[in-house]
Amino acid sequence: MSDAALQPDEGNLTKINFGPQHPAAHGVLRLVLDLDGEVVARVDPHIGLLHRGTEKLIEHKTYMQANGYFDRLDYVAPMNQEHAFCLAIEKLLGLDVPPRGQYIRVLYCEIGRLLNHLLQVTTQAMDVGALTPPLWGFEEREKLMGFYERASGARMHANYFRAGGVHQDLPPGLLEDIYKFTDHFPKVLDDIDDLLLENRIFKQRNVDIGKVTRADAEAYGFSGVMLRSVGVAWDLRRAQPYECYSDLEFQIPVGKNGDNYDRYLIRMEEMRQANKIMRQCIEKMPSGPSVSTNNKIVPPRRGEMKRSMEALIHHFKLYTEGYHVPAGETYAAVEAPKGEFGVYLVSDGSNKPYRCKIRAPSFMHLQAMDYMCRGHMLADVSAILGSIDIVFGEVDR
Amino acid sequence: MAQDLNQLAEEIRAALPGAVRGTSVLRGELTVDIEADEVVRVMKSLREQLQFQILTDIAGVDWPKREKRFDVVYHLLSLNRNARVRVKLQTDENTPVPSITGVWPAANWLEREAFDMFGIVFSDHPDLRRILTDYGFSGHPFRKDFPLTGYVELRYDDELKRVVYQPVELVQEFRDFDFMSPWEGAPYIIPGDEKATKEPSK
Repeated sequence: MSDAALQPDEGNLTKINFGPQHPAAHGVLRLVLDLDGEVVARVDPHIGLLHRGTEKLIEHKTYMQANGYFDRLDYVAPMNQEHAFCLAIEKLLGLDVPPRGQYIRVLYCEIGRLLNHLLQVTTQAMDVGALTPPLWGFEEREKLMGFYERASGARMHANYFRAGGVHQDLPPGLLEDIYKFTDHFPKVLDDIDDLLLENRIFKQRNVDIGKVTRADAEAYGFSGVMLRSVGVAWDLRRAQPYECYSDLEFQIPVGKNGDNYDRYLIRMEEMRQANKIMRQCIEKMPSGPSVSTNNKIVPPRRGEMKRSMEALIHHFKLYTEGYHVPAGETYAAVEAPKGEFGVYLVSDGSNKPYRCKIRAPSFMHLQAMDYMCRGHMLADVSAILGSIDIVFGEVDR
Repeated sequence: MAQDLNQLAEEIRAALPGAVRGTSVLRGELTVDIEADEVVRVMKSLREQLQFQILTDIAGVDWPKREKRFDVVYHLLSLNRNARVRVKLQTDENTPVPSITGVWPAANWLEREAFDMFGIVFSDHPDLRRILTDYGFSGHPFRKDFPLTGYVELRYDDELKRVVYQPVELVQEFRDFDFMSPWEGAPYIIPGDEKATKEPSK
C-alpha cells in the first residue's frame, strides 16, 4: 500500500465521544476520537473534568495542612505523593529524617507501589476482557490498605508522611504482619502470571500494541515504567537516590519492545522487587525516633503536652500558625509507581507555600495518547489507556 | 556534585552567549535565567548539544507586584549526565513567550496549562486552548488576584432541568488568616493602629 492510501480520508471521518462516563476510561476522561472506519485517525483528550485547583488550595494552607491534598492526587498510591512534598519541604528547611523514619517511608512507598501495580495490571486485564485478575488482585490490595490503616488510621487518604519523618511510629505487631504478607505475596503474583502471561487473548490484545520508540518516549517526557519499557534503565530510586534506597538491594526491570505487554511484564517484576525491598526494610528496620526531634517543625507527642509547657506552646503554634519555611525554590521528585512525581515548591518565607507546582507523570503520558493510538483499532484505545496507567486525581489536579 | 553543576553552568553560558542572564547553584540545583525571546534557541541547544533529553515540567509563577509579573519555569532532565537544570524567564500578561513545542512535543499540554491557569501567552503554539478549566470558563484561576472561591458556582436547576452557573454566594466571608506579627511590621493597618501615630492631646 502506498503512503497516500494510508492517509485517512478527512471527509469520511466519524467523530465519537469516548467518555466522560465510560468504564474503560479510568475516571472522567473525555476522548474525542476521529475514526476512519474502525481505525483511529486522531485522538483529542479533553481533561479537567476533575480539576479541583489543588495547587491554588495549597497556596492558602499551611505546609502541614497542604500535605493532605497530596493523598488525593494519585489516590491509588497516596503516600508516594506525600513523599515528594515532604522531600521538597525538608530540602528548603534543611531538615534531616532519622533512619527509622526513612525506612518506614520506604516501606510504605513500596506498599504504595504494590497497591498501584496490583490495580493497574488487573484492571488492564479487565479492559481486555478478563474478570478473574481484578478479583484476585483486589483481595491483596485490601490487605495492603489494612496496613495503611494500622499505621495512619486511614485506608487511603493517610496523611502519614510529615516533614521530618512520619506522623507516628508503627503500632506493635504491624511489621511482623507485613513480613508475613511478603512471604505469601510472590505466590499471588505467580497466580496472576498463570492467568495472563501466556494467555492467548491477553497477548493478542497487548503484544505490539501501543508501541513507543526510545526517541519518542524522551520527546514526550515519559518517565517510570513508560520510559523503562523502551529500554532506558532509568529509575530515580537508583539514579538519584533519596531516603535509604542506596542501602537497599533491588533490580530495575527494563523492557525491549516498548509495547503494552512489556509494560505488563515490567510491572509484575517491579512488584516482586518491591516485595524484596519491603522485606529488607523490615529486616533492617533501625530503632530510634521515627520523626525529627526538631520541635520547631515537628509537633510534640500527646503525652509530652500533658506535662511540658513548651510542648503545649509548640503544639498550639504548630497547629495554628504552622512552621515558616525559608524563602527559596526547590524541585523534589520521587519515583512514584506511575513515573516521576515532582513538586516544584516556591516559598516566600511565610507559613504557606507561595507556589506549588505538581508534576504529575500521568499528565505527560496521557498527552501522548494521540501519538500512541494513531493507526490502531478502536478497541486498542482502551487497552492503551489501561496500559499507560492514568489516574484522574493527578492528571486534573 | 555542586562542582559538576558549576562546570555545567559554565558550559551552558559558553554555549549560549547573549541568551543567559545569570546562573546560580543552590541546594544542589542549577538555575539558569534566560532572555524570554531566546527560549527556543536555548532549549534547542540544551537538548541537542548538552544532552538534556527530557522536558520534565513547565510551571508558571505569579508575582503581581513585579513589572513583568510572570515567571515561566522549565525543568529539564538529562539521562546521560544524571542532572537537572531549571530554566527561568520572565514575561507579562501581554508579551507572548515563544513556544517550545517544536523542540519537545511534551511542551504542548504544559504550555496550554500555563496559558489556562495564568494567561501566559505562547506564540506559535499549534493549539493554544484551555485545558483544565471548564468549557467557556473565563479568567485565569492561578493568578494571585483571582479569589480562591472563584466568581461563579454551578448547580442543578430543577425548573430548567439542567445545570446553571450563578455568582458565588458565601454565607460567611472567606477567611484568609495571615500570621504576620504587627511587631514584625505587617504591611497593613490594623484597627486601632491610627492611635499610635496620632499626636498626643495636650
